[in-house]
Amino acid sequence: MLIGVPRESRPGETRVAATPKTVEQLLKLGYQVAVEAGAGAAASFDDAAYAAAGATVAHPATVWGADIVTKINPPSDEEIALLRQGAILVSLAQPALNPALVDKLAAAGVTAMAMDAVPRISRAQALDVLSSMANIAGYRAVIEAAHEFGSFFTGQVTAAGKVPPAKVFVSGAGVAGLAAIGTANSLGAIVRATDVRPEVGEQVESMGAEFVKPDVPEQEVSSDGYAKEVGADYAAAAAVMYAAQAKDCDIIVTTALIPGRPAPRLITEEMVAAMKPGSVIVDMAASNGGNVAGSVADKMVVTENGVKIIGYTDLPGRLPTQASQLYGTNVVNLMKLITPGKDGVAVLDWEDVIVRGMTVAKEGAVTWPPPPVQVSAAPAAAVAAVAPVVKEPKVPMSPGKRFAVMGLGALLFLLVAMFSPEAFLGHFMVFMLAVVIGYYVIGNVHHALHTPLMSVTNAISGIIVVGAMLQVGLGSHSWEFTAIAVAGILLASINVFGGFTVTQRMLKMFQRG
Amino acid sequence: MTLPFTLLQGAYIIAGLFFILALAGLSKHETAKAGNTNGVIGMGIALIITLFAAVFGVTSGGETVQEAGGIRALLLILGPMAVGAVIGVIKAKKVEMTGMPELIAMLHSFVGLAAVLVGWNSFYAGAEGGHHGIHMGEVFAGVFIGAVTFTGSIVAYLKLSAKMKSAPLVLPGRHIVNLGIIVAFFVMLVIFARMHSEPGHVNQTAALLLGILTVLALFLGWHLVASIGGGDMPVVVSMLNSYSGWAAAAAGFMLNNDLLIITGALVGSSGAYLSYIMCRAMNRSFISVIAGGFGSDGGVVGEAKDYGEHRETNAVEVADLLKNAHEVVITPGYGMATAQAQHAVADLTSKLRARGVTVRFGIHPVAGRLPGHMNVLLAEAKVPYDIVLEMDEINDDLPSTDVVLVIGANDTVNPAAQDDPSSPIAGMPVLEVWKAHEVIVFKRSMNTGYAGVQNPLFFKENSAMLFGDAKDRVEDIVKAL
Repeated sequence: MLIGVPRESRPGETRVAATPKTVEQLLKLGYQVAVEAGAGAAASFDDAAYAAAGATVAHPATVWGADIVTKINPPSDEEIALLRQGAILVSLAQPALNPALVDKLAAAGVTAMAMDAVPRISRAQALDVLSSMANIAGYRAVIEAAHEFGSFFTGQVTAAGKVPPAKVFVSGAGVAGLAAIGTANSLGAIVRATDVRPEVGEQVESMGAEFVKPDVPEQEVSSDGYAKEVGADYAAAAAVMYAAQAKDCDIIVTTALIPGRPAPRLITEEMVAAMKPGSVIVDMAASNGGNVAGSVADKMVVTENGVKIIGYTDLPGRLPTQASQLYGTNVVNLMKLITPGKDGVAVLDWEDVIVRGMTVAKEGAVTWPPPPVQVSAAPAAAVAAVAPVVKEPKVPMSPGKRFAVMGLGALLFLLVAMFSPEAFLGHFMVFMLAVVIGYYVIGNVHHALHTPLMSVTNAISGIIVVGAMLQVGLGSHSWEFTAIAVAGILLASINVFGGFTVTQRMLKMFQRG
Repeated sequence: MTLPFTLLQGAYIIAGLFFILALAGLSKHETAKAGNTNGVIGMGIALIITLFAAVFGVTSGGETVQEAGGIRALLLILGPMAVGAVIGVIKAKKVEMTGMPELIAMLHSFVGLAAVLVGWNSFYAGAEGGHHGIHMGEVFAGVFIGAVTFTGSIVAYLKLSAKMKSAPLVLPGRHIVNLGIIVAFFVMLVIFARMHSEPGHVNQTAALLLGILTVLALFLGWHLVASIGGGDMPVVVSMLNSYSGWAAAAAGFMLNNDLLIITGALVGSSGAYLSYIMCRAMNRSFISVIAGGFGSDGGVVGEAKDYGEHRETNAVEVADLLKNAHEVVITPGYGMATAQAQHAVADLTSKLRARGVTVRFGIHPVAGRLPGHMNVLLAEAKVPYDIVLEMDEINDDLPSTDVVLVIGANDTVNPAAQDDPSSPIAGMPVLEVWKAHEVIVFKRSMNTGYAGVQNPLFFKENSAMLFGDAKDRVEDIVKAL
C-alpha cells in the first residue's frame, strides 16, 4: 500500500508527518511512501533527503490519492475532496472540537484516524501524539518566556552585583507541565508547580520542582489519566494559592486543559495586575479559551502593568524538526500496530481498544466517540478504594494514659505481692527476668532458623522432666504417685532427646554456598 | 550422703545460663550449632544433678528438702528415661523434613501431658514448704496450661498430618465458650486456693474441682486449635510452643524449682514473640490468635468472578526461558513440601548457577506449615542458605527479575492481598512476583489455596501455568536443560 505525506496547507504550519528517518521505518513495514515536493522544507528536511531514504517525491494528486494519507492538521474541504474513497487518513482530527469535519470525512467514505484520540493506556504510549507534542510545547513555553523575560533564570553572584534566581510557577503537571518544569529547572530557576491531581506531586518533585497545592484536604484520584473539573471549595482554595504565587513569581506557565471543555480560568485579571512588571505568563491553553484573563490566541499581549502574556498555540511547530520527527515516529508506531503482517497491508482490528478509540470515521459512518476505556494512568485509584475498608490505624496511647495504665498495673501487683509468701516473690523475680531475656534473646532471630529454634525450645521445655524426677525420689508416696511421675519422665524424655536430635539434624543441613 | 541444696541450686543456675546461650545461639547461622550444643550441655547438667538429688536426697541447713530415693529411684528414673530417649531419637532420625511440623506439634503435646501429670502429683504430694494457698493456685494454673497445650497440640498434629480436616471448626458462640472457660478457671482458682489438704489426707472436693478443671482445659485446648484453619498453622505451632513453656514455668512455681521457672519463662516468652513476629507478617492481630479462630470470620470463599484466561506452558519452554535469564527467583510454598520437590529444585538451582544464572529464593514468612519450614526443606536439599532470602529482602529486586518460579505457593504470592480490599487476605504482605518479567506457576490444578481465594496472578499477562506434580515438572525442566 502507498502512504502519502502531503505538504501542510495551514498557514504557519512548519511540521510534516514524516521525516527521512521515519520513511525508512515505514518502508521496512512493507509500505511505499510518496512525499509531496517541499513537504519537509519548513522542518529542514529537503526533498533529496526523502528521496535518499527511499520515498518518491510526488505531485499532490499522487500523494492525496494514496491508500493511506498521514498529515498533521485536519484536512480542508478541498483536501477531503482529493481523498480516495476507502483511504485511511491519519491526522490530528480533534473529533471532539470538529464534529462537522468528522461528518464530512465519513461522508467521503474515508477511514479517519485521529492521532489525538489515542486512549491513555500504557500500550498506546508509543503513538500518543498529545504526549510527544506536549513535551515539545512545554519546553518551548519556557524558552519563549525566557526570551521575553528581562533577566537571568539562574541566580548569580557577580562582580557587578547579585542576581536573584527567577521564580517559575507551572500550573498543571501533565506532560507539558513536567517538560516545562524540567526546562525551567535546568535553566536554573526556582520552580514550583501545582495540579488538581494530588498523585502527580511525586512526579513534580522528581523533575526538581516544589509541589504546591491548595489548602483543602480531599482530592479525588483521576481514573482515566486526565484532569477533571473541580468542586467549588477546591476552586476557592486554589484561587487563593494562585494569587499568592502570582504575586511572588516572575514566570507563570499554565497548561490546564480539560478534554472536550473550555480551559479553566486560573489566573484572573487581579492576579495579573498583582504581578511584577516584566513578568511573563505563557498560556498554553490559549487555543481553548485560555487559563489566563486577557490572553489572546497566537499573540503576545502586554498588560498595563508591563506583564507579557504569551498565547502562542503553535509551540510544538516552533521546533519543527524535532516535532516532525516525534510525530513521524508516532505515526510509524501506529502503522506497526495496524500492520501485523509487516507486509504493507493495513488491517484495522476493531477489537483493539487503541484502533477502536482512534478511528473516528469508518465506511461512511461516524464512530466517535468510542466506548470509554477505564484505565488509570495512576495505580493510586486502588489505594483510594481501599481507604474506607482499612481499619482505623491504632492510635498510640497518649503518654498520660500509658502511665495511668502502668501505674494501675503496678498497684495491682503490689496488692497481690503484699499478701504473697516471700518465697513466691523470689521465684517471681526469676520468672520475670527470664521472660525479658527470652524476648530479647530471640529478637533478631534469622528467619531461616525459626524451625530449629522452635525445636530447640521444645527440647528445652522438656526440662519438666526434672519435676517428675524429683517426684519419683519421694519414696514415701503411693505406687500410683510414682507411676504418674514415671510416665511424666518418659514423656518429657522423648521431648528432650528427640528435640535436641532433630535440631542437630536440621542444623547440619544448613550450609553456605 | 545427701546433696547440699546450694549445690543443686548452683547447678541449676549454670544450666539456666546454658539454656539462654542456646536460644541466643539459634538466632544466627554461624552460632546455631554451638547453640544446640549449649542446650544439650545445660540439659545434661540439669539431668545429672537432679538424678543425684533424687537418689541421694537434698538437705538444706541440716533439714531434709528432698528425701533420698536410693536405688529404687535410680531405676525408676533411668528406665523410663532410656525408653523415652530411644523413642525420641528414633522419631527424630526417621522424620522426613516435610513432616517436621507434625513432629514438633506432637512433641509439644508430650510436654503438656507431662505438666498435667506433674501437677496432679504435686497436688497429691501436698505443699512441701507450707503456704498452701499459693501452692494450690500454682498447681491449678500448671494443670490448666498443661492440659490446654496437650489437646491443642494433638489437634494441631492431627490437622497437620491430614488426619483431621483442616477447615476451621465454627461452633456457635465459640468466643463465649472460650471466655466462659477462662472465667471459670479464675473463679475455681480462688475457691481451690482456699482449700487445704494435709499430706496424706487428700481433700476429695479439691480433687474433684481439679478434675473438672482438667476436663475443661482439655476441651479448651481442643477447641482453640480446632477453630483455626490449617493455613494458619505456623502461628499455632509457635503459639503451642510458647504454651508448653508457660506450663513448665507453672510447674516450676509449684515445685519451688527455679530452673523450671527460668526455662519455662524463656521458652514461653520467646515462643510468644516468635508468634507475634509471624502474626505481623500475616497482618493478623496477635490477640485473635490467642483467642483462637482467627481468620475464619466471614471469609468470602468461592466467589464466581471472571478473571480471564490463564496461559499454559511446558517444561521445554520454561527451560529455554531459564537458559536465557540472568536473574531467577524461586518462591516455594507448601506445594513444594507435599510434592517432595526440594531435591529437584536444588538440582535445578545448581544447574542454573553453573550456567551463570543468578538464582535466589524468596521465602514468605508463613510459607509452609511451620515457621521457617521452607528453609529447612531447602537446607535438606543442600541449597546454600545465603541465597535463600526473606520476603522483605527480595521484594525490591523482583521488578528487575527475569523469571520467577512459583512452586506450590498460592496465597503468599496473591496480588489480591494488595489490590482487592474485599479479599479475605487483604492487607497481608505478599511476595510481589507479578512485577517480574515472567512468572511460571507450578500447580496441580486451578484450585484455590488454603485461604480459599482465587489468585489473579494466574491470569496476568506475564504469568504462565505449568500444571502437574511439582517434582516431576522440575525434573522435566532439569532434563530439558
